[in-house]
Amino acid sequence: MTHTYDISHFLAGLMLVSSFALIYQDRILAVLQTFAIQAIVLSVAVAWEAWVQDRPHLFITAGLALGLKGLVIPYALRRMIFRLGVHRDVEQVVGVGFAMLCGLGLTALSLILVLKSTASAPSIAREGLAIALAVILLGILVMITRRNAVTQIIGFMSIENGLILGATGARGMPLVVEISVAFSVLIALFVFAVFVFRIRERFDTVDVEALDEVRGDRR
Amino acid sequence: MNAEVYAVIAIPFAAAAILAMLPGYRLTAALNVLASFLTLLAGLNLLRTPAAADLYLIIDHVNIVFIVLNTLVGFTAAWFSASYIGHEIETGRVSTLAVRFYHAMYQAMMGAMTVALLANNVGLMWVGLELATLITVVMVGLYRTPEAIEAAWKYFILGSVGISLAFFGVILTYLAGQAALGEGMPAMSWTLLHANAARLDVPLLNLAFIFLLIGYGTKVGLAPLHAWLPDAHSEGPTPISAVLSGLLLNVALYALLRFKMLITASPDALRPGPILITMGLVSLLFAAFMLYQRRDIKRLFAYSSIEHMGLITFAFGMGGPLANFAGLLHMTMHSLTKSAIFFAVGHIAQAKGTQRIADIRGLSVTHPGLAVGLGLGVLAIAGLPPFGVFMSEFLILTTTFARQPWLAVIAAFALVVAFAALLLRLQGMLYGPASEPSHAVKASSLPFVLHLILVLLAGLFLPSALVAWFQRAAEFLG
Repeated sequence: MTHTYDISHFLAGLMLVSSFALIYQDRILAVLQTFAIQAIVLSVAVAWEAWVQDRPHLFITAGLALGLKGLVIPYALRRMIFRLGVHRDVEQVVGVGFAMLCGLGLTALSLILVLKSTASAPSIAREGLAIALAVILLGILVMITRRNAVTQIIGFMSIENGLILGATGARGMPLVVEISVAFSVLIALFVFAVFVFRIRERFDTVDVEALDEVRGDRR
Repeated sequence: MNAEVYAVIAIPFAAAAILAMLPGYRLTAALNVLASFLTLLAGLNLLRTPAAADLYLIIDHVNIVFIVLNTLVGFTAAWFSASYIGHEIETGRVSTLAVRFYHAMYQAMMGAMTVALLANNVGLMWVGLELATLITVVMVGLYRTPEAIEAAWKYFILGSVGISLAFFGVILTYLAGQAALGEGMPAMSWTLLHANAARLDVPLLNLAFIFLLIGYGTKVGLAPLHAWLPDAHSEGPTPISAVLSGLLLNVALYALLRFKMLITASPDALRPGPILITMGLVSLLFAAFMLYQRRDIKRLFAYSSIEHMGLITFAFGMGGPLANFAGLLHMTMHSLTKSAIFFAVGHIAQAKGTQRIADIRGLSVTHPGLAVGLGLGVLAIAGLPPFGVFMSEFLILTTTFARQPWLAVIAAFALVVAFAALLLRLQGMLYGPASEPSHAVKASSLPFVLHLILVLLAGLFLPSALVAWFQRAAEFLG
């Protein structure tokens, strides 16, 4: 029995580590690779939960995480990055040290928040939940500290990884598979069909900084 | 669940599928209006349906108010949209393909909002609300101008943060219910959670409420989570601004109210009232002062929406049958008035070819009809009698004054500040030498007139049936 939790905690911990890696990587391709690794770890973690909780339909979610987010999307984004010629770009709005400190703070916050409020709960997945929240908050941090459309989307997908980790950790939660499928399809559509191409088309760059100049009250 | 309930959801989604396949904007615009009208009939039909709930859907005194309002404004906005889009195609701002896409998306968005309103399952409610949000993101970017893409991008980024935090809240709600209701679907059903509120896990429920408050609060546009709202309103097509302000904000607030009812029913959990009161007042005050610096007409009214959503949230935060009644009434009045204003603003922006307030001058000379319309709309939303908004604001202030005089003073101060700002801007647009260019606009003013008549009638007298209807909902809200 204890083995079960050791392994799911180990996998969740790996996801957290890759979230930290997402924060300090400053090359766009490295960020992409780190995200792919996180997605693959997620698929293993979900598959493990599916096995342990005996909920075979969770394997669909695991397969989707592996196929779509671990392989297809990183591959497609990689091609896009090369086509746009931004693969050498280095970008970070705030310093790595400061971002890492913020990340540590957020992780501590989520651990305290979740562990404290679930102290009386019979739920055994509370550490998993705490780590899932940390992954979500770190994903938000990635979105804030990046200004490139591609890395912001990677941040968004990393948030989604955390959500799926949390949802599968909650024993017997219904609709998880449906929501994860809908989410993935949506992201795929969003990423490729709408934004990146339009931003490219209008500005010849995927740097969101270019957008800042046109916002507001038509200054 | 009976067929009447499914009809309200099925009509928009079926219409979306059909509209996506049909060419020609005249045909699709007409069909869009027709489908919205059928949805309105289906929504009104629900008034005869007794309250019922299963694991996925619910119909009760609270959501029926929202559904009727939603389908009504959905219909009039589609009507307005038909003439608006015609003009946009003639001036070449949008392509015919984009319009086809636009009509299909409009129906899908209406369907998604109805799903969120009818959902008894907290997961399903999340799905409906997020689907509606993401569709509006795409629609905000419809014009493909740099400004529109920037607005859509900002909306997407902030929206996705809201989405993820709300979903985490949903997971926590499920875990809070799991202890009492066991694993599986019952622990996500709102009615079962509400009935067993005393046995829910309190710390988890508290934490869940905070996440849901931030997540859904982003969509209500409560300060300081409002940053997406003015951009999304100003850069998208005007019918979408009307629907965003008049409907989507309400649906998000409705989701928040459901969870407020849940946490209120749990005796040991935290009291949501003071949090909602604070957020509401902060939004109200902040938006009232921000109104002064606006240079874009649609942004002006977007900030006015933040102001009114703040006031409504404040009223629901006060709680009790009377404040809830006032809150519901104000929500209805705000939806009707604000969408009417956006109808007028849409035509004004087309007539003057700009949204800059400084470039819109002398409307009373060039477009007397539009000037009267905008004038009446702004007077109504600013809270002058005899319009319904005055009555609901008066009710909110008096009930607050009886219980928390200081809060009432702050709210009244903010309302006066907003009132002055709106009149100041209105004067500049209506009078003075006429600005160039100015085009004739052949627009259907009926949706606008219909809304304003309803608001005026509500201000003069409320039918007792309507009062009873709102009272039932208000008592149910707790």
